[in-house]
Amino acid sequence: MTLATETPAELAGLTRRVRRHVVQMVYGAKSGHIGGSLSATDLMSVLYTKFLRHDPENPFWHERDRFIMSKGHCTPVHYALLAELGYFSTDELATFRRKGTRLQGHSILGKPPGVDNTAGALGMGLSFGLGLRLAQRLQGLEDSRVWVLMGDGEQNEGQVWEAAMAAAHHRAEGLFAVIDRNGIQNDDFTKTTMSSEPLDEKYRAFGWTVLSDLDGHDLKTIEQAYSWALDQRGAPVCLIFDTVKGKGVSFMEHNPSFHGAPPSDDEFKTAMAELADA
Amino acid sequence: MTTAPAPAPAATREAVGPTLIRLHQAGNDLVVVDADLGKSTSARKFRDEFPERFFTFGVAEQNMISAAAGFAAMGHTVFATTFAVFAEHAFDQLRMSVAQPNLDVKLVASHGGVSTGEDGASAQSIEDIAAMSSLPNFHVCVPADVVESEAIIEAAATTPGPFYVRTARPKTPVIYTDGARFELGKAHMLRDGGDVTIVACGLLVERAVTAAEHLAAEGIEARVLNMATIRPLDVAALEAAAADTGAIVVAEEHLNHTGLAAMCAHALATRNPVPMEFVGVDRYGESATWSEALEMMGLTPEGVAQAARQAVARK
Repeated sequence: MTLATETPAELAGLTRRVRRHVVQMVYGAKSGHIGGSLSATDLMSVLYTKFLRHDPENPFWHERDRFIMSKGHCTPVHYALLAELGYFSTDELATFRRKGTRLQGHSILGKPPGVDNTAGALGMGLSFGLGLRLAQRLQGLEDSRVWVLMGDGEQNEGQVWEAAMAAAHHRAEGLFAVIDRNGIQNDDFTKTTMSSEPLDEKYRAFGWTVLSDLDGHDLKTIEQAYSWALDQRGAPVCLIFDTVKGKGVSFMEHNPSFHGAPPSDDEFKTAMAELADA
Repeated sequence: MTTAPAPAPAATREAVGPTLIRLHQAGNDLVVVDADLGKSTSARKFRDEFPERFFTFGVAEQNMISAAAGFAAMGHTVFATTFAVFAEHAFDQLRMSVAQPNLDVKLVASHGGVSTGEDGASAQSIEDIAAMSSLPNFHVCVPADVVESEAIIEAAATTPGPFYVRTARPKTPVIYTDGARFELGKAHMLRDGGDVTIVACGLLVERAVTAAEHLAAEGIEARVLNMATIRPLDVAALEAAAADTGAIVVAEEHLNHTGLAAMCAHALATRNPVPMEFVGVDRYGESATWSEALEMMGLTPEGVAQAARQAVARK
């Protein structure tokens, strides 16, 4: 991999580029999910550059770690990151949501290579990841892991808790649930629409090893949390990160209006200026 | 020459566990997932032989189906087993986790249809074939007897892509006493005739054969097609039946307006519309023995024969 992400400055530079791609893609497509993409940018950037065992040159490498984008509406951040990492050209990001594109509105397994699950209907990713993880274990792939990114609104779905129960029952060590707790779902704040708190106590009660109240935008904290998770044994691990929906663009932050709506022309200009490299 | 004794009646679900064991032993890379009904589906027999390849997900079908898709994405051929009514519970998971990515998940659901009997309406699936047939990429099959059930499970294990196989609870007569004639996507003609064609699947196949015998005594010669594959439908066999016999009856243990009947009518409407009559379910059932439950819906040899007479009269 030629992408330089060794230093904190280089990693921060990557997250700014990804955020600019996200805003550009949703603005260009006049649709798409900005808020949850920006809240997950730091979590995914650290994971992909420092922990995930993957190879952009060989996206179907069987022993790769699987990253499962359970919040499948947040394709902008996923595509932007995959492009930055060399899975395909960043030029292709301009085709997002356009007729004939590989970059579909919601995640499609294998399209483009690097996307490892189909998603859009919430709540299925943890189950799918559990199946992957149990298969890795059956196949004796000792170095392989499965990381599942979920939203906090997604925790409303009953299937998430079916999967949580089953993952603990099967002692699915090596399965990591990463929760992007930005506090906002489609219509409103989660505490107004459907509070699923206390999430940490719930996952713990289901038999998971849990680390919660983590700063999901502090790159060092994220790195330490992932590193800690890899050291845990005997149970699946849930990491709950507090994030800011729309992170990086002042008027989008904590704003339920930017879950699934594109920015206006003026908003686009302001956003890109705020996300410019210093 | 002595005739071999007729084989004992058997349920189509009984083939599931033993066939999966045989197929895995023969080199197919199978994983079986279960939702706490392994004794009834017979899938638990696979666990007894290969416990490390049998995963129970409890009474949680949605999680089971998406997890099955995960196993399939890692290269396994996955058999998921439950009851037909509970398979319907996981429709969204079958749609997004299995059908859209076109993964090798083979859902074998037992206790299909009203012949589930005593458990009553909630346990009697009469919508499952419609639901599963509505999913692009899915193969949908319904065996007519235990011999065909084994052949269908083998086809599912060796054919890429998602499958839905509906098996039944009661022990019913063996039709294919000389071995299965199943070919995926092809109807099997059990009897030829020039006056009318009876297209049937599942437990209605044996009843269609009996109906054809009754009709023959009246001078009506019926062709009987076992449409064990519902998706993809054998349109060529239907076209030939329409051309050769000029009237068609479709008999199934399912709602006609969304089941095999609807699919046959859809196929023929633009090709060769001929008089059609339908024998099926039009309401939720109730507790009864399996044969009483079929009778209550008119799913009897006489019900099929009467529909055939009506179809012939409309020619």
